[in-house]
Amino acid sequence: MTSIVNATTNPAVLDWPQTDEGFAVPYDVFTSPDVYAREQERIFRGENWSFVALEAEIPNSGDYKTTFIGDTPVVVTRDDEGGINVIQNRCAHRGALVCRELRGNAAHLECVYHQWAYDLKGKLLGVPFRRGVKGKGGMPKSFDLGAHGLDVLRTESLAGLVFATFSDEAPPLADYLGPTTVAAVTRIFNRPVAVLGDQRQFMHGNWKLYAENTRDPYHASLLHLFHNTFGLYRASQQGASVMDGDGRHSLLYTRASTTDEAVDREIYKDSRSLNSEFRLQDPSLLAGRADFDDDITLVILSIFPNVIVQQIANTLAVRQIVTHGEDGFELVWTHFGYADDDEEMRAIRIKQSNLIGPAGLISMEDGEAVEIVQKAVVRDRERASYIAMGGGRAEDAEHLVTEGAIIGFWEAYRQQMAAA
Amino acid sequence: MDSQALYHQISVLLSRYVHTIDDDELEAWPDLFTEQCVYRVISRENHARGMPVAAMYCDSRAMLIDRVVSLRHANIYEQQSYRHVVSALLVDDNEDGSYSARSNYVVYRTRTNGVTEVYNTGVYEDRIVTDNEGWRFAEKHVIFDTGRIDTLMVIPI
Repeated sequence: MTSIVNATTNPAVLDWPQTDEGFAVPYDVFTSPDVYAREQERIFRGENWSFVALEAEIPNSGDYKTTFIGDTPVVVTRDDEGGINVIQNRCAHRGALVCRELRGNAAHLECVYHQWAYDLKGKLLGVPFRRGVKGKGGMPKSFDLGAHGLDVLRTESLAGLVFATFSDEAPPLADYLGPTTVAAVTRIFNRPVAVLGDQRQFMHGNWKLYAENTRDPYHASLLHLFHNTFGLYRASQQGASVMDGDGRHSLLYTRASTTDEAVDREIYKDSRSLNSEFRLQDPSLLAGRADFDDDITLVILSIFPNVIVQQIANTLAVRQIVTHGEDGFELVWTHFGYADDDEEMRAIRIKQSNLIGPAGLISMEDGEAVEIVQKAVVRDRERASYIAMGGGRAEDAEHLVTEGAIIGFWEAYRQQMAAA
Repeated sequence: MDSQALYHQISVLLSRYVHTIDDDELEAWPDLFTEQCVYRVISRENHARGMPVAAMYCDSRAMLIDRVVSLRHANIYEQQSYRHVVSALLVDDNEDGSYSARSNYVVYRTRTNGVTEVYNTGVYEDRIVTDNEGWRFAEKHVIFDTGRIDTLMVIPI
């Protein structure tokens, strides 16, 4: 007789269907709380580097910012020597949040519960009533401040982007990212940036639906209809989908046929197809200036597991994924320009911000895309998606009619989530 | 104009504004603004620290029209409607003959499942002018408390 309870059955270990053609993702991956819990250990606390901040968000000594890796709260601090520290936001005493504001400046970090105080590197400085009050109470004589600091994460920066990992085994950041990712990051972060503001967007769906979405050039011209509707698509555009880090990371980009600024400006402002029913009443929305020496006008760089670096026309932003259970996540958009932007350039970036973010004319639909999948994949946990555009393998493409980078993500994810 | 009549005129403009949106008559919404208007929907978080990025930022009536055309014909989103509640209106004269108005608002959103939720709250900081075309917004700054926008924002606040 077969035992009903199979000792090897772990609800967090997924059953990936084998397909002759294309790639299948079991829907359980989006709905299972067990899978979500395992991801927090394997992915977000595993041998990966998670994005936590731009250095430009905390320029001065004592500046700090609170954020999350997966759903674990962390604090990012700038210490007195100018160094960046990523510290788990949990008091060593009784587990309270030490920092409760989104951002601030402080000489040291102090838990409000019992005023345990830490320096900006997480070292415990002191605890109230350590030696008791009037000879009563107090900590044991053996109490060692040095043994009760905050948990400090491995931290590395690349060109002003701060990453952290819980893992001692994760490779150095640059190796983890890979040469293509490093080049794409340093292309955008080629000089000091200036933060222009944040936007926060909550999507009622699994975070991996957004990981798929940002590795998916197939949907771009089909779901996001702003450019098509106003006859603004550019026939000259070419694009590519390339991966790095064994498929974990994805770089999507498109290039214009010209790097001539005057021509580019002309195309952006006035290009419209003859049969387009609508035209922009105020084309200044799309008036821009070349930011780079190359002809790349759109970059969606998805770095596993939690950040997207983007350039869309003159909008520059990082989008950080913060997970909230298996069926929700927050997307934190941090918009930036360059510290040396002139007034006109700053105005261009602010106006073009209409294109991106939760109210973005060309990006808002992604919230809808995530949610219509999450709503539909309930219950039929053993069923799977079908991903085959471009050939159904994790391969780079010199075009945008592909889902190869989505498969690259899933293969990396599957490997990290596998048993043992 | 005596202050009571002024207060009344501006209340009426605000009421027309919210009814236009809540009744889904968005094509008439840009007409409530001057041609060279500013319409800005910005989080309190960004506004308070002097950061300029807004969810929506239009600096002409033509841009408002483009927003509406995009909403009707390009953008894809779940069917939804708003119900605005506006209160605590304060009105001031400006030296240039325009008026400043400040009011609180709450936007409830109802989606296809019939659930109504508090979608967005904040303050309207308006500069209002009047001429032979009537009372209109020269500037409308929507400073929202609800920093975490639920799903997306497509209908103006």
